[in-house]
Amino acid sequence: MRGTMKKDLVIIGGGPAGLAAAAAARETGVEDLLILERDQHLGGILNQCIHNGFGLHTFQEELTGPEYAGRYVEKVRSLEIPYKLNSMVVDLRAEGSRKIVTVMNREEGMYEIEARAVILAMGCRERPRGALNIPGYRPAGIYSAGTAQRYVNREGRMPGREAVILGSGDIGLIMARRLTLEGAKVKLVAEIQPYSGGLQRNIVQCLDDFGIPLKLSHTVVDIRGKERVEGVTVARVDENLKPIPGTEEEISCDTLLLSCGLIPENELTNGLGTSLNPVTGGPFVNESLETDKEGVFACGNVLHVHDLVDYVSEEAAQAGRNAAAFLQGNLSGRGREIPLVGTDGVRYTVPSSIDVSRMNETQIVRFRVGNAYRNAYLEVRCGGELLLSLKKPVLAPGQMEQVLLKKADLAGRKDLKEITFRVRTQV
Amino acid sequence: MYDVIVIGAGVTGCAIARELARFRWKTAVLERASDVCEGTSKANSGIAHAGYDAKPGTLKAKLNLEGSRMMEALSKELDFPYRRNGSLVLCFEETGKTELERLRAQGLANGVEGLEILDRKQLREKEPGVSDQAVAALYAPTGGIVCPFDLTLAFAENAAANGVEFHFTTQVTHMEKIPQGYRLDTSRGSYETRAVVNAAGVYAGELHNQISGKKIRIIPRKGEYCLMDKSVGNLVSHTLFQLPTAYGKGVLVTPTVHGNLLAGPTAVDVEDPESVNTTREGMDEVFKRAAMSVNGLPVKQVITSFAGLRAHEEGNDFIIGMVQDAPGFFDAAGMESPGLTCAPAVGKYVAAMVRTYLPAQEKSDFIPSRKGIPHIASASDAERKRLIGENPLYGNVVCRCELVTEGEIVDAIRRPLGATTLDGVKRRTRAGMGRCQAGFCLPKTLEILARELGQDIGQIRKNNGDSYFLTGFDKDGL
Repeated sequence: MRGTMKKDLVIIGGGPAGLAAAAAARETGVEDLLILERDQHLGGILNQCIHNGFGLHTFQEELTGPEYAGRYVEKVRSLEIPYKLNSMVVDLRAEGSRKIVTVMNREEGMYEIEARAVILAMGCRERPRGALNIPGYRPAGIYSAGTAQRYVNREGRMPGREAVILGSGDIGLIMARRLTLEGAKVKLVAEIQPYSGGLQRNIVQCLDDFGIPLKLSHTVVDIRGKERVEGVTVARVDENLKPIPGTEEEISCDTLLLSCGLIPENELTNGLGTSLNPVTGGPFVNESLETDKEGVFACGNVLHVHDLVDYVSEEAAQAGRNAAAFLQGNLSGRGREIPLVGTDGVRYTVPSSIDVSRMNETQIVRFRVGNAYRNAYLEVRCGGELLLSLKKPVLAPGQMEQVLLKKADLAGRKDLKEITFRVRTQV
Repeated sequence: MYDVIVIGAGVTGCAIARELARFRWKTAVLERASDVCEGTSKANSGIAHAGYDAKPGTLKAKLNLEGSRMMEALSKELDFPYRRNGSLVLCFEETGKTELERLRAQGLANGVEGLEILDRKQLREKEPGVSDQAVAALYAPTGGIVCPFDLTLAFAENAAANGVEFHFTTQVTHMEKIPQGYRLDTSRGSYETRAVVNAAGVYAGELHNQISGKKIRIIPRKGEYCLMDKSVGNLVSHTLFQLPTAYGKGVLVTPTVHGNLLAGPTAVDVEDPESVNTTREGMDEVFKRAAMSVNGLPVKQVITSFAGLRAHEEGNDFIIGMVQDAPGFFDAAGMESPGLTCAPAVGKYVAAMVRTYLPAQEKSDFIPSRKGIPHIASASDAERKRLIGENPLYGNVVCRCELVTEGEIVDAIRRPLGATTLDGVKRRTRAGMGRCQAGFCLPKTLEILARELGQDIGQIRKNNGDSYFLTGFDKDGL
């Protein structure tokens, strides 16, 4: 038990985002910082992602999840950044410019940390069965794909013998392969959308290579089994995603894995009174990845769900540098924030606004599209003027897109009201 | 030889067991499931009804009022969450107002206090979250909400603390009259007892009919529910019922005692007394009807849905009492709504009847109170610090959504009638009841269960039978 501790910077979350943010903040000169991690290890969910494919952008190497995390953990240790494990942040609030972080753990009980700046890096969670409104019984054998992944990869335990996977998000695809390699039979991956939510490379490497069927525009409409799952009913859906009567197919299985989307974990963010973007589930941030509470930054999957961890690390490092600038008084006060607006297929943008006077020479804008497109153009417009047009052979919701804005293109425009991002399909 | 055996460890059976525990009898509760609160008691609205619904003169009317009046004091004595949030019966058509008046008169006749008809303006002042469609309402200030799990557990734990035996996974398969009383054959051997209390929920009719020539019929009536996230739990503060309309019986929308928002139930008679599955039609109906009561039902915030089976009796009343042609065999059957509210009163009522049949002295050492598991989530900062100081496991958060710690889970397992399954831990601590629905805490909770029970995680079940979570080791099948 102790009184209030003071820190310049508190980073909530010791996964890939928190680690990269902490390292960058330290390298930019922040001495007094602390990482709070609720799990018993640093590295977050990467610890259970034992497949490879991580780090191609960051390290120009193919690493496994634990290896990728390990590089950052090593960096954090060599920079002597303090961290606390098994420490749950139970409350986050702002009192004037001070941020009060309430932490709980076994050794120290419950106490408050007063921080000048906070980086939100809490990650995301999987959408559960209940949120999908799948009718049927509630037996054992229904897992989110990530829970199953933890069992297979960390505990060496099988969650089932015959599985159907609902949702073709990346974790679901990866788990289809993993379960197969570990001796289970994956009978089907069903995806309610007419396109997959995962990366194309995962469809090829995880399903096609193992002969696992993927049924698009299909969903689970019933779960049977009172104690353990005995089977599911899969049906085709119409363009409104409603099951089409008469298309039902019963499949016997003892396991249903769900890979139906990830939800940023912003319950703490709510405590700050920060507004959340209903599209991403993450806070609105400006070019500095700063939320509408000054000195509170967000990065990684708590901000918006990423496809590759490399982009998480890059974004988090930017948040870390900006938090350092804020603490050092190098982040000038907020001026005129120009909204960035996604339209015509662009679902959202991160950041959601830009202060041209505060932006770097270039600014990465990340977003996802809401549909699958071929040979389309990504366009950026300023008022009526076309700033940028990029030809894209393939655009898919499973893949995060990014464009680079140049300060030179924006500075000096007095009439700048908003910048729009859109998909143009006609050539 | 037992003096009294109660069949069924739902809220009714456990409430009766707790009252039987006051007397010098050898008493046991037989339960076919692996835990208390595994049937109708775990899947209902969690409402402590004010008591205007039942026809005056019925058992339902009498016991509802008594139960409602006992709830507050009992919640302190047995330490379970209960709150008098008041209830509103909404009326959506001007013509419905006469029905509201009739309900009010019925409530008055039943002895319900404080009933008031609210006009459109008064209704909105009382409940700003109510939908624009509602034109008037009957307000019952004594309506409340209660945690059905905790209520059942509180009765059971207190009964056990006072010497009542609980035998789980013990299903009564056959009953026979013997000279001294009854012989009950079960899945775990035979029991002999002087008196039997039949509190077997949807199976009460079947058991009754084994012993009596005067048959009764209990119909499982399914009710489906949707539970919404705590972020929308304050959409309304009262329990909103609906007057039945030409379109159906109506569903309720209510905050739960833990701060979620609950909508339901449907009402469909089913054949199979095990069919607790939800259906597309049922969920659609819940959404459609609940949307009439509030402005903007937050359907995107649904975190889980479930179905329960009411033990509906053909004559629409409880059947409580000694069976005419079976001396010493007592029914507590047809315990549908407001059965949860009535449970405390039913307990007293049945115990008194048994005592008339089988005279017994009161125990002088009866322990009337029970202390529940301290919950970090609802504790003050000072209490949290004290709890962690006394037991560091209270500082280790296992379920992040509901803020449940290892200390609570260990307590849930070690206490009398402790949890042996994941659902048992969930009902006692709320671990896994939050928005991620155990996605993160499942592995941790299984690990704690295995450690505390001295088992392998592969042996831990969700609830009953073959509901194992794990099927073996990696590469087993290769």
